[in-house]
Amino acid sequence: MRERDDEWTGLMRSAIAGDSAAYHRLLKAVAPVLRAAARRGLARAGQPVDQSEDIVQDILLAVHLKRHTWDVSAPFAPWLFAIARNKLIDALRRRGRRIFVDIDDFAETLPGEAPAETASASEVAAQLQTLPARQREVLQSIAVDRASIKDTAAKFSMSEGAVRVALHRGLTSLTAKLREQ
Amino acid sequence: MDTDQLIRTLAADNAHRARPVGFALMLALLAAAPVSLLMFFTELGVRPDVMVAMRNPFFDLKFAVTLALAISAIGVSLHLSRPEASLRGFGWLLLAPVGILAAGIGGEMMMPQRLPMMTRLVGKNSWVCMTGISALSLPILAGALIGLRHGAPARPAVAGAIAGLLSAGLAATLYASHCTDDSPLFVATWYTIATALVTALGALLGSKLLKY
Repeated sequence: MRERDDEWTGLMRSAIAGDSAAYHRLLKAVAPVLRAAARRGLARAGQPVDQSEDIVQDILLAVHLKRHTWDVSAPFAPWLFAIARNKLIDALRRRGRRIFVDIDDFAETLPGEAPAETASASEVAAQLQTLPARQREVLQSIAVDRASIKDTAAKFSMSEGAVRVALHRGLTSLTAKLREQ
Repeated sequence: MDTDQLIRTLAADNAHRARPVGFALMLALLAAAPVSLLMFFTELGVRPDVMVAMRNPFFDLKFAVTLALAISAIGVSLHLSRPEASLRGFGWLLLAPVGILAAGIGGEMMMPQRLPMMTRLVGKNSWVCMTGISALSLPILAGALIGLRHGAPARPAVAGAIAGLLSAGLAATLYASHCTDDSPLFVATWYTIATALVTALGALLGSKLLKY
């Protein structure tokens, strides 16, 4: 556990220093832990666990857009789990239940628990359709077609800077729409 | 969009750097300040005998109290803008203005006074004081909330309440230079009522606006 936390903290420090590959690895590493916690939270609230992926994506977007509130000299896990807890409580409350989220939900993945597969999520996908065309195209190009910023710029005859702006705006407004729904 | 795809877009956006919350808060307060200053100079203005008043320690004490409130509330606001932070260990900062004010009241009690206690407490400007501080706070509160939206507070209502304290502290600093009531008893009564109103408004707005 300690080792895992140190690894996450190291990856996040590299990410902040500009290493996108480290950031990608970090997000891939935390997603299953978040997923397991979301499932446990939903199960305890008597909700269908197949909604867990929406919660995972909600948490990841918040982590991304609020990462400047992480103190690089502090461990990463407590910060991550604080955001995750907040988003899980929000999600459960929106589904109309008074919920108690246990801090231990996030502390560890229970041994013997089947690693949860990436389930389908509907909320982000639905909100994606409401974005301006340019932002949606840029997001889809990077997400679905696995294109780089550079390739995306070439494909839509945009500058790389414009692609970056559209990408960031797209992610910001997706998050805002998810919060308002 | 599945989660792996979402993660790919987030990693692609890694180069984007948001400003620290402190920077956003400072910019927003600097943008709001001229509005409050304009309100202050058109409606209230500095009291005419300010040069004489500055030699009165109880006049100066008002600024010590209001600035201590503003500065401690700014510190606590920035602390609370982190998702894992709570008031624990930091909330005591907010006692600084209370302590200064209590010391001031004690000091005044020990000095011979021309006016009875109740007269000093009620003062001459209680209504202007309450409405003035509250009104001057509003632009600053709006700025503070906009700045703090860059953070990720665990409890938006608490963060909003502290933003209210911050705005009331700054607004009261302006107002104090207008007001001719210098008794710490007056400050403890009317400034506190105005601050409580602004804090309640901040909590209400914060619970909506500071959710992330």
